[in-house]
Amino acid sequence: MSTEKGLNITLKVWRQKNAEAKGQLDTYEMEDVSPNNSFLEMLDILNDDLINKGDSPVAFDHDCREGICGSCSLHINGEPHGPGRRVTTCQLHMREFEDGETIYIEPFRAKAFPIIKDLIVDRSAFDRIQHAGGYVSVNTSGNTQDANAIPIEKENADKAFDAATCIGCGACVAACKNASASLFVSAKVSQFALLPQGQVEAKDRVLNMVKQAEEEGFGPCSNTGACEVECPKGISIENIARMNREFLSASLSK
Amino acid sequence: MSTLDSKIPEGPLKDKWTNHKNNINLVNPANKRNIDVIVVGTGLAGGSATASLAELGYNVKAFCYQDSPRRAHSIAAQGGINAAKNYQGDGDSTYRLFYDTIKGGDYRSREANIYRLAEVSANIIDQCVAQGVPFARDYGGLLDNRSFGGVLVSRTFYAKGQTGQQLLLGAYSAMNRQIAKGKIQMFNRHEMLDVVKVDGKARGIIARNLVTGEITRHSAHAVVIASGGYGNVFFLSTNAMGSNATAAWKIHKKGAYFANPCYTQIHPTCIPVHGTQQSKLTLMSESLRNDGRIWVPAKLEDAKAIREGKLKPTALKEEDRDYYLERRYPSFGNLVPRDVASRAAKERCDAGFGVVDNETKEGVFLDFAAAIQRYGKEQAHIKGIHNPSAEEIKSLGEKVIESKYGNLFDMYMQITAENPYKTPMKIYPAVHYTMGGTWVDYNLMTTVPGLYSIGESNFSDHGANRLGASALMQGLADGYFILPYTIGDYLADDIRTGEISTDSPEFVEAEKEVKDAIDKLVNSNGTKSVDYYHKKLGLIMWNKVGMARTIEGLNEAIKEIAELREEFWNNVRVPGDANEMNQELEKAGRVADFLELGELFARDALERNESCGGHFREEYKTEEGEALRDDKDFAYVSAWEFTGKPSEAILHKEDLIFDNVELKTRSYK
Repeated sequence: MSTEKGLNITLKVWRQKNAEAKGQLDTYEMEDVSPNNSFLEMLDILNDDLINKGDSPVAFDHDCREGICGSCSLHINGEPHGPGRRVTTCQLHMREFEDGETIYIEPFRAKAFPIIKDLIVDRSAFDRIQHAGGYVSVNTSGNTQDANAIPIEKENADKAFDAATCIGCGACVAACKNASASLFVSAKVSQFALLPQGQVEAKDRVLNMVKQAEEEGFGPCSNTGACEVECPKGISIENIARMNREFLSASLSK
Repeated sequence: MSTLDSKIPEGPLKDKWTNHKNNINLVNPANKRNIDVIVVGTGLAGGSATASLAELGYNVKAFCYQDSPRRAHSIAAQGGINAAKNYQGDGDSTYRLFYDTIKGGDYRSREANIYRLAEVSANIIDQCVAQGVPFARDYGGLLDNRSFGGVLVSRTFYAKGQTGQQLLLGAYSAMNRQIAKGKIQMFNRHEMLDVVKVDGKARGIIARNLVTGEITRHSAHAVVIASGGYGNVFFLSTNAMGSNATAAWKIHKKGAYFANPCYTQIHPTCIPVHGTQQSKLTLMSESLRNDGRIWVPAKLEDAKAIREGKLKPTALKEEDRDYYLERRYPSFGNLVPRDVASRAAKERCDAGFGVVDNETKEGVFLDFAAAIQRYGKEQAHIKGIHNPSAEEIKSLGEKVIESKYGNLFDMYMQITAENPYKTPMKIYPAVHYTMGGTWVDYNLMTTVPGLYSIGESNFSDHGANRLGASALMQGLADGYFILPYTIGDYLADDIRTGEISTDSPEFVEAEKEVKDAIDKLVNSNGTKSVDYYHKKLGLIMWNKVGMARTIEGLNEAIKEIAELREEFWNNVRVPGDANEMNQELEKAGRVADFLELGELFARDALERNESCGGHFREEYKTEEGEALRDDKDFAYVSAWEFTGKPSEAILHKEDLIFDNVELKTRSYK
């Protein structure tokens, strides 16, 4: 594996010291990058070079590097998580790039995701949307009913699962020209709307979560479907349609 | 002499937990409002504890280094969670789960703790379903199960290959409800850097705001550590990049004994190392061993030809393959426990049969061809296709495999650029989980009063080897069903204490220590990056304190780690400032702690003159190469007391008493 030819690439990386500072794109040349390296391993090598030269390394969010924690959040060549489909930045590999290519790396851009430093943005707005209703109100007791006493039609269980696989990375917002969080909000609303456990609080949930998303500064959905294309987990925009139905019926009955 | 009191309740095994719950002190609801609890870490253990304590009425302050509690590394757990529900009617029971776990742990854990774990396991599934966790279901709408290594029943509940994610999001949602009510105060992007003791009791922590660099004091009546394991002491592991032992190590230095540090789980099915610039390893779920067959070439020349790319694995005839797990362990075959499977892979690769073209030639095949054939024929039969062509069978079989393991196969393809439907996967063992951790008594309290440790960060339930799908079970058992009861027993004495001040000399002193250590790191002006030292430490650990350990290797490791630590403090370069977001500084603090922990780890391995579970000493093995336990001299928990340096730590022993199971040589043959 290690015998494959290395890539020479040019990086244009967004550098910004902190939330208040003005940022700019800096240029870095990288030589002989192994195509087997992940994109973030390529940035690790850049950072090691920067540290050895006494420069400040590029700050970026990352953690599991398995495509599941949702920390990584890079806008690569104009796309959230880069050129791959159904893949997070951390699972993107350098073999997807050409020798001699120039790669632009920017943070996710949205008013509701302010920049903290370099490529790191503040996505706590997502947490606050979840606080507004992303739960079933059940206490820990050890006395809930037996799990099999709530049979759930397999089709609904599978759809609820598909919606629940959202990793909360924010690519949907970064991909949307309105910076809408509709795919994110609808994933949680759908998960519970499809399950009997979620029915009791369904109306308040959808109304409160949508309201919170608006207050956080996320824009409206105009059905371009860009979010679905860029979502690393393939969350379907059918969920947005379901959320809209839930929202409408909840608004009418309130 | 032992100073350890495990506080295991009296009475028959099956009544201990019930009796204990009936006899411990409770705090009345009005008083709970006046009591603060700090929880560090928001994975399955920390998240579930935080939510449950807040529901009970305590004021909880929760801390995580990630930008959201939802990102804790429990999220990456793939395969499933065990529970003794016996929904499959295959003979499962609380006792059987207890027995499998104690045997799987190679008889190095406490009977009472494990029985309690098995007892509450069924409640976990009920609780999670009530929260809306979408577990896999069958067409009748009921919950589905699968099988994991080291057991003969199907008791594993799952949500495709993302069970950890779904369970964590369940705990996160329970937290969100309490955050919305103001019962949980959430500190994201904060790292705990020390615990504060007042009059001998844990009364707070010192934390660093990772966005601003500000050092802050936080007080509480009790502190709960739920910060996970220390697998990243090996640098390369399946842990997240940020997973660290700092909270667990800092409390060790303030008086919490550290138990069984040498018990590490090396998971058999991970994607092999590709080169020196690699940053982490990726697990391929144990569930793949339900259908994959593990093999290497039977002849050395074939292994060489495969490594050099001159021979395709699919071209090798059946008789030229060595399905070594099926050969050595006919009754469990490919589903032997993790420690056994990992050692067997190492044995074949050390003998020269490895199939991966990297420096160490470490890698074996995990082959789905037979399963594809089997499922393909079954599907053809179901669909009424008579005399199906080989192509038809293959295509039908691949569809079944895709429905079961699609996301894992995609991930494998993404990382390796090879298609595992067409050619066998290559896998090799990697560090995955640490069974050792902070010593705790039956109430999950450490040796410091008011200081608790739950989930992977404690040592309590898995002995020397953890069975698959049991980590999620333990994390949620501790957080949902055990700690919320046992902590009340301690806090019942604190109802008149009132708010703990953060202005006391103890807080001032602890904050100063933290700031001094940070200043030392940012002003060290050395020449080598933090990663340079972390990688060096990882290599020492992997080569000398990894899957097979010797007295010589361990002695060398102890010396080399101490020297490396010295060099680190003199020559590390941490760019930037303490008063800003500084990811290199974060890493530096964590590696400084790993450089101490690694030494204690090696000392523990050196002291334990036997082989058991994940701890394998070359000097102690049977003629067939299996682990050779010494129950007469080593049926105890090692609990280390810090006295200033890892080399001077004092060993305390908690004898393990087995009243309900007979100690046997673990056999999966």
